[in-house]
Amino acid sequence: MLQLSNDRSFDTAGKMETGNAGDMAAFNLAGLITAAADAIAAHAEELTALDQAIGDGDHGLNMKRGFEAVRAEAEAFSAKPLPDALKAIGTKLVMTVGGASGPLFGTLFLALGKEISAAPDRANLTTVFGKAFEAVAARGKSQVGQKTMLDVLQPVHDALLQGKTAPEIADIADAAAEATVPMKALRGRASFLGDRSIGHMDAGARSTALLVRTIVETLEGQP
Amino acid sequence: MSNVGIVIVSHSPLVAEGTADMVRQMVGDEVPLAWCGGNGHGGLGTNVEAIMGAIDKAWSEAGVAILVDLGGAETNSEMAVEMIGEPRSHKIIVCNAPIVEGAVMAATEASGGASLREVVATAHELSPS
Repeated sequence: MLQLSNDRSFDTAGKMETGNAGDMAAFNLAGLITAAADAIAAHAEELTALDQAIGDGDHGLNMKRGFEAVRAEAEAFSAKPLPDALKAIGTKLVMTVGGASGPLFGTLFLALGKEISAAPDRANLTTVFGKAFEAVAARGKSQVGQKTMLDVLQPVHDALLQGKTAPEIADIADAAAEATVPMKALRGRASFLGDRSIGHMDAGARSTALLVRTIVETLEGQP
Repeated sequence: MSNVGIVIVSHSPLVAEGTADMVRQMVGDEVPLAWCGGNGHGGLGTNVEAIMGAIDKAWSEAGVAILVDLGGAETNSEMAVEMIGEPRSHKIIVCNAPIVEGAVMAATEASGGASLREVVATAHELSPS
């Protein structure tokens, strides 16, 4: 999710140009954390409402608590090398979210931090994102099609592989979250409802899409 | 203590504590026992830090069996085991069993000096599939 554009070969391919001349110093992780925490806070009620429909109704509050805890350490985290910063974010989410989302979103960031390079290009990001997807699937003992955050992560990974632009990736993520509406939940609290889970968007898919949009748009907007 | 330890992880501190009471009634102090419940902020939920603390409290060189209620308790417990890391993580197992019956049965098995594998198998027998 980071530094989508400043890889030379990637720019040559003409995808996701941001006008960033490849200056890593311009990359502002603290700004990214702030944007993500703002987005979660602004949508906390919506996420909670989605979770109340077919879950235990704590998703918005839990995510907000976690991202506020990350926000509180944004400066310290962004002073670290990118892999360490992502791992610190993941650990903080694991420790503060308090629901199943904690280990799931925490694992996503921990796994991203594990193999990402300090200045990732698109190829590195795509590979690492694929591994992070696998780590989240293993943590949740889930797979695509079960009405979870994986149903957003997979299309986003595909989009990265296909060289989609940042706005395209954001739209793909939103559409993927929408696509969980007709699905029947097979994992998590929503699965207890069986067919009654059909017709509602998965809250974790929604928050994942929200984060994807926020991150790619913030990266696009950074100088 | 050389008996396997038991950790109870529920979304509700009341359920966790009540389950621990039932375990104590059965095995007294013969089994290291700890429980945790709640999201750490006064609400229902489970908390990785609290689970790690409970594992420490119930730690036994023979290992620790964790009994959980709903999905988040299982996911958070597995995360806690991973964060505790090796070598202790090899001696901690999250059981697939009903929390109350599983805890009481597992603790009873543990109180007789059974191995971690035997304790966990006893709990798993309670779950179909």
